[in-house]
Amino acid sequence: MMPTIAEKILREKAGKGEKVEAGEILECEVDYIMVNDITGVPAFEVLDELELDEELKKELVVVIQDHYVPNKDVDSAEQAKALRDYARKYGIKNYFEVGKGICHQVMIEEGFAAPGRLIIGADSHTCSYGALGAFSTGIGSTEAAAAMATGRLWFKVPTTQKFVIDGELKQYVMGKDIILHIIGDIGVSGSLYKSQEFYGTAIEKLSLSDRITISNMAVEAGAKAGIIPPDEKVFEFLNGRVRGEYKPVYADGPESEYEEVFEYNASEIVPTVAKPFSPDNTAPASELDVPIDQAYLGSCTNGRIEDLRVAAAILMGKKISPDVRMIVVPASKRVLEQALEEGLIKIFLAADAFVCGPTCGACLGGHMGVLASGECCISTTNRNFIGRMGHKDSEVYLANPAVVAASALKGRIIDPRELEI
Amino acid sequence: MRIWKFEHNVDTDQIIPAEYLTTGDAKKLAAHAFAKARPEFSKEVKEGDVIVAGENFGCGSSREHAPRALLGAGISCVIARSFARIFFRNSINIGLHLIEADVFDKIEEGDEIEINFEAGVIKNFTKEEEYKFKPLPEFMQKLLDSGGLINYIIKQK
Ligand code: SF4
Repeated sequence: MMPTIAEKILREKAGKGEKVEAGEILECEVDYIMVNDITGVPAFEVLDELELDEELKKELVVVIQDHYVPNKDVDSAEQAKALRDYARKYGIKNYFEVGKGICHQVMIEEGFAAPGRLIIGADSHTCSYGALGAFSTGIGSTEAAAAMATGRLWFKVPTTQKFVIDGELKQYVMGKDIILHIIGDIGVSGSLYKSQEFYGTAIEKLSLSDRITISNMAVEAGAKAGIIPPDEKVFEFLNGRVRGEYKPVYADGPESEYEEVFEYNASEIVPTVAKPFSPDNTAPASELDVPIDQAYLGSCTNGRIEDLRVAAAILMGKKISPDVRMIVVPASKRVLEQALEEGLIKIFLAADAFVCGPTCGACLGGHMGVLASGECCISTTNRNFIGRMGHKDSEVYLANPAVVAASALKGRIIDPRELEI
Repeated sequence: MRIWKFEHNVDTDQIIPAEYLTTGDAKKLAAHAFAKARPEFSKEVKEGDVIVAGENFGCGSSREHAPRALLGAGISCVIARSFARIFFRNSINIGLHLIEADVFDKIEEGDEIEINFEAGVIKNFTKEEEYKFKPLPEFMQKLLDSGGLINYIIKQK
């Protein structure tokens, strides 16, 4: 009756016992509301306007400084200060200061994201927590304010597409390649207004980190959510970390209840690159021979310890091309600490890469690696729109950490498998 | 109402580039609307003008700054074949009118039009044509009529 995870979570959170239909508009209780330094201030300004009689639902609110921090200029400093002041004024306890990490990584590491939860965030990649079996989705600042005030928000129940990826992944093929492959197939509006669910033996074998990459980029196909049924890997990760109770939710309807089913063979997926200026403009890395000026390893998409390990293994004992600057930005303080402990940071520095503390930074063309006109960057991030990382005449190619590291060594985009030939 | 025509997949980075996101003020943001994609936009746009685009308008970053910038620039409505969902929600929630209609091949840059939201009719004076569209679901229309989500909540209190 209630086939998809998205429908089940929304029904539960709307307090509806009966079946809900796709297209129906529900008012749901939310578990958490996240805002960052860009989207937070406008949300709190709206809250000020609301002049609440009661307190806001502050235990649901999570505030994270990550986009333009450490501040890139006076304007962003004022913005971060305003956010800090608001967090104090409204008594927000879940407040994460500069250096704690990129918002989505923090939401996951700090145990806010968990199976069965409904989490909204004023940032489009909030869909990342689908990898833990949550229904999480990006919203705007005004509705974040409304949710902070009432603890509720309206949702249109989406239809769901099912993606089944079976088989073994080849060496140097990661979650990034699976999702780029899918987006290349269905296009950037292929999942518009819809929820995605991922199944199959290849998904089951993936690390949680690689699953997060997949859910993270669901929005790049226009999806509202990208959900992976939670398993032991998720429960283990949450053990000792999760805040409060959680209840996993699984789909239990027949296949026919999905709007569409897509099937892929994991062994046919190769290291994939999305060329400018769209994440669906994909090609095998081996078919490109593009000179690069910058290689970027980081972001909520691929800035986790697993990603750093993959890149470090390729860079170990080598130097990056003299024509390239490589920038390594761990997604959180915890990732940075772990990378230090494992000696990965040493490897990056020995390879002549630049390493800095966690920030969104150059991923959105903010700071710490902005591109000049005519420059080209191979990046583990999630967007390659016009001017995304800097000048409107700069170019961004999206790829997995192995491709980025290998390309940094060669000075051109290559498939990491070519390094061994 | 003059038409500004855009292509498919217009992303929010184009509508308002990330470097201008240090304010949430609609008027200030409007000064940088389409700063990279169409530098003339912010100078020439007039109160009441309408944007017409193809599929997936407003994709990419969830920044509410994008619809705020358009509202601040005086845009009265965006007509597209489809919208990215966060942009769609943001617009309705802040009171920017949207129409989902397939008029991409019919309305051209610079056309003069008039919209009747209740009747669901777009009149194109330049082409002397009329197009029908499906009005929004009742709940969303209620939000727009209230002047956005916040006013709606205040009214409900
Ligand atoms: S790392 Fe990039 S994609 Fe992720 S939240 Fe920051 S700006 Fe957005």
